[in-house]
Amino acid sequence: MADRVHNEPAAVRWALIATALLFVGLLLFVPLAAVFTEALSKGLSAYVSALTEPDALSAIRLTLLTAGIAVPLNLLFGLAAAWAIAKFEFTGKQILITLIDLPFAVSPVISGLIYVLLFGLQGWLGPWLAAHDIKLLFAVPGLVLATIFVTVPFVARELIPLMQEQGTEEEEAAMVLGASGFQTFRRVTLPNIKWGLLYGVILCNARAMGEFGAVSVVSGHIRGLTNTLPLHVEILYNEYDFAAAFAVASLLALLALLTLVLKSVVEWKALQQRESATRTAGEGPLP
Amino acid sequence: MIVRPRSILPGFGLAMGFTLLYLSLIVLIPLSCIFLKSATLTWSQFWNTVTAPRVLASYRLTFGASLISASINALFGLLVAWVLVRYRFPGRRLVDAVVDLPFALPTAVAGIALTAVYSAHGWIGQYLEPLGIKVAFTPFGVVVALTFIGLPFVVRTVQPVLEDVEAELEEAAASLGATWWQTVTRVILPTLWPALLTGFSLAFARAVGEYGSVIFIAGNRPMVSEITPLLIMTKLEQYDYAGATAIAVVMLVASFVLLLLINLLQYWSRKSYGLDDTAELLDG
Amino acid sequence: MSLKSLCRILTFLVAIAGCAFPAAANELTLLNVSYDPTRELYQDYNTAFAKYWQAKTHDTVSIRQSHGGSGKQARAVIDGLEADVVTLALAYDIDAISEKAGLLPTNWQSRLPKNSAPYTSTIVFLVRKGNPKAIKDWDDLVKPGIAVITPNPKTSGGARWNYLAAWGYALKKYGNDETKAKAFVARLYKNVPVLDSGARGATTTFVERGIGDVLLAWENEAFLAVKELGPEKVEIVVPSLSILAEPPVTIVDKVVDKHRTRDVAQAYLNYLYSPEGQEIAARHYYRPRLESVAAKYAKTFPKVNLFTIDELFGGWQKAQKTHFEDGGVFDQIYLPK
Repeated sequence: MADRVHNEPAAVRWALIATALLFVGLLLFVPLAAVFTEALSKGLSAYVSALTEPDALSAIRLTLLTAGIAVPLNLLFGLAAAWAIAKFEFTGKQILITLIDLPFAVSPVISGLIYVLLFGLQGWLGPWLAAHDIKLLFAVPGLVLATIFVTVPFVARELIPLMQEQGTEEEEAAMVLGASGFQTFRRVTLPNIKWGLLYGVILCNARAMGEFGAVSVVSGHIRGLTNTLPLHVEILYNEYDFAAAFAVASLLALLALLTLVLKSVVEWKALQQRESATRTAGEGPLP
Repeated sequence: MIVRPRSILPGFGLAMGFTLLYLSLIVLIPLSCIFLKSATLTWSQFWNTVTAPRVLASYRLTFGASLISASINALFGLLVAWVLVRYRFPGRRLVDAVVDLPFALPTAVAGIALTAVYSAHGWIGQYLEPLGIKVAFTPFGVVVALTFIGLPFVVRTVQPVLEDVEAELEEAAASLGATWWQTVTRVILPTLWPALLTGFSLAFARAVGEYGSVIFIAGNRPMVSEITPLLIMTKLEQYDYAGATAIAVVMLVASFVLLLLINLLQYWSRKSYGLDDTAELLDG
Repeated sequence: MSLKSLCRILTFLVAIAGCAFPAAANELTLLNVSYDPTRELYQDYNTAFAKYWQAKTHDTVSIRQSHGGSGKQARAVIDGLEADVVTLALAYDIDAISEKAGLLPTNWQSRLPKNSAPYTSTIVFLVRKGNPKAIKDWDDLVKPGIAVITPNPKTSGGARWNYLAAWGYALKKYGNDETKAKAFVARLYKNVPVLDSGARGATTTFVERGIGDVLLAWENEAFLAVKELGPEKVEIVVPSLSILAEPPVTIVDKVVDKHRTRDVAQAYLNYLYSPEGQEIAARHYYRPRLESVAAKYAKTFPKVNLFTIDELFGGWQKAQKTHFEDGGVFDQIYLPK
C-alpha cells in the first residue's frame, strides 16, 4: 500500500486532493470549530460556570448513568448474539442478523414513540405501572430503555463478522484439550476479539451519550432530573443562552474527539494483531 | 425452526436464549406496539392519514433530501476515500480520523453547530447570503445536515475496497496502453460499484430517519421544510396517537425495506468480489 | 474480563443507579409542568414560595420544573408525567388533560379566581431597532415583502393566541366578516418564512438568527427579549388591538392525591395571587391581576385595547374546533386545497 501506482498526472491529483479537503473542511471542520468558538465567546469563566451549574452537573451525571447501564448491557447482548451466530449453524441466521440491525433503521423519534405507546398512561402497560407506582416513562428508566434500544446493534455488528471470520477451530481445539466452556471463551475467544469488542463499545458509548431524538420523546424535560447532556444543550439553546449551550455542546464534542482518537488507536492495534496473526499463521494455535 | 447444532462448543442454548429474550423485550415487543396501535385505525383512516397533503410533502422532503444528500455523499465520499487511500499529503491522517466525526458527534450538537455556521450571520452563511443562497431554514439546510450525517458511511464502505485494489491490475492496464483516465474508469471504478451502492444506501437509510441534526436547521414549515419525523412529533402533540403511529408505520416499512436491500447488497458485494475484510465493510 | 470482575462492575452500576433515585426525605417535592416562556418567572417564584412555606409550616418544599411547548407538555402529562401542578399557556391544553386522561375535573377553571389565570398577557410585535419597516399595526403585517415570525399554532399555545389576535383584529376591521378575516389571516401566514414549533424557538429565530422583520410574541417574551438580548437590537410595538391571553394554572387532582401534596400544591397556586406572587409576575412582565400591583407597574405595561377569546370566539373549545383541528381554518389557509 505504501508504493501506490499513480497513473494520474500530478495536476489531477492535487486538484482532487484540494477538492476533497475543501469539502471535508467546509462540512466537518468548520462546524466543529464553530462549537468551540461559540462556547468561548463569553469568556473562559462563563464557559466554566455553564458546565458547573447544578442542572448541567445533573445532566452530566444522568448521561454517564444512562451510558453506564446501556453500554454494558448491549455488550453482553453483543457477545451472546455473536457467540450464537458465529460459532454455530442454524437456520434463520440471516433473519436474526437483520432483526439485530432493526434499531439502525428506526428513526429516533419512533424509538421514543414506541416506549410511550408501551408505558404511557394511555398505553398498554401504563395504567398497571401507575397503579403499582412504577415510574418508567418520564423518568430515568425510560431514558435508559430508549438509549438501549437505539444502541443495541453496535457491539453485535462489530463482533458477528469478526467472530465469523475467525471461525471455530481455535475454540474447538481448546475444548478438545479439556478446557471448560467459560475457560475457552475467556482465554481463546476474548483475546481474539478484544479489539473489535473495544471498537464496538466505543461506538456504542458515543451514540448512547449523544442520543437526542429518542430521549427527547420520553424525557419529560424535568430540569435537574430527566435531562441528559444533549437535552440540556437544547434547553440552554432555547433560553437564549447560546454560549452556555455551546459550552455544554463542546463537552460532547470533546467526547466525540476522544471517541475518534480511541477508535484510531483500536484500529491500529487490531491491524497489528491481524498482521502478526498472518505472520505466525502456520506456526500453530495462538497462546 | 432453530435446529440444535451438533457442536462441541457449549453455550448455544444460553447465548441464543439470552439473545432472543433481549431482542424481544427491547426491540421486537416495543416495535410491535406501533403496528398494533395503528391497527386500531380502519384501512381508509390509515390511508387518509398517510396520504394527507402535508404528510406527502414531508415524505417528499425527507426522502428527497435524503436521496440528494446520499448522492452528494456518494460522489464526494468516493472522492475523499480515493484521496485518502491513494495519495499522500500533509494532514492525511487527521482527515482520515475526522471523517468519522459525524458518527461520533451527538446529533443535537451537530444541529446547533450547522445552524450557527450556515445561518445568515454564520461563518459560511454570511458569504452565501449575498449570493442569494439561503441555507438555514430551507430544504437546502436539511440537505446540508443530512450530508454531514451520511459522509462516513460512504467513505468507510469504499475505503477498504479501494485499499484492496491490486497494484498489479493497474500496472497491467498501464502496460497494455491504458491512459490514467481509462484505468480509473474501466478498471478501478467498476470494482467499487457494490461498495459505493452499499455506502449510498446506508447514508440514505440513516438520513431518512434523522431528527436531531435536522430540526435545528430546518424551517419546519408545513408543506415546505417539515421532515417526517417532526410531523410524527407534531401529531403526537395534537393527541393524535393513531395518526402519529400510522406515519411511523410508513417510515418503518420503508426503513425495513432499505435495510433488507442493504444486507442484500453487502451479501452480493462479498460474493462477487471475494473480499476478506468483511468486518470493515460492514462497519457503520 | 473474568466473571468476577463483571459481577463487580454490575454491582457498582447498580449502586450508581441507586443514587439516581434519592430516598424520599421528609421534604416535599412538587413538579410544575409549565410552558416555554415561564422559565425565568418560576425560577424566581419557586424560591420565594419555598421561603414562604418554610416560614409558615417549617416544611421544606422543593419544586421541580419542566418546560416545553404547551401542547407538548400537556401531552406528556396525559402520557403519565406526574405533574402536581400544571401552568400552561391556554385552557384548551388543560381541558385536554381532563378529557383524555381524567386527571382533573372538567370544572377546573372555576376553582381559582379569574378563570384560574393569576396573571395575563397579550400579543405584541417585536421589531428591529429603529423599526426600519415602519410596522405599526396588524395591517402592516400583511403587506408584501414583510417577513413575519410566529410559531406553529398546531404545536404552540402562544402561536394560537397570535393567530386569534390577528383574526380578532381582522374581524373588527371588516365588521365581523369571517371570509374577509380568513383572507387577512391567510395573507399574514403567507409572509411567514419559518414556523417554529414553540414560542421560544420563534424568538430565537427572530433575534439570534436575524430572520424576519417582525415577531409576534407574548408580551412578556417581548420584554424579556429586549432585556436579555439588547434594547439596541429590538424594540416593542404595541398594536391597536390585541387579545387578552389568560394562561391558566391548576393542580392535577389525581397526582396530588397520589403524592399527598394537595395542600402544598394548592398553597403554591394561591400564592400566585398574593401580593408577593403578583409582584414577581409583574417583574417578569406578566400583567398582574391585583389592582395594587397593577397600579404600581402601570408604566411598564402599555395600554392596549384587549378582547377576550370568549367575546369573539366563544371560548377555547370552539376556537380550537373551528381553527386548529385537522382540516380546520388554519389547515385550510396554510395548506393547498
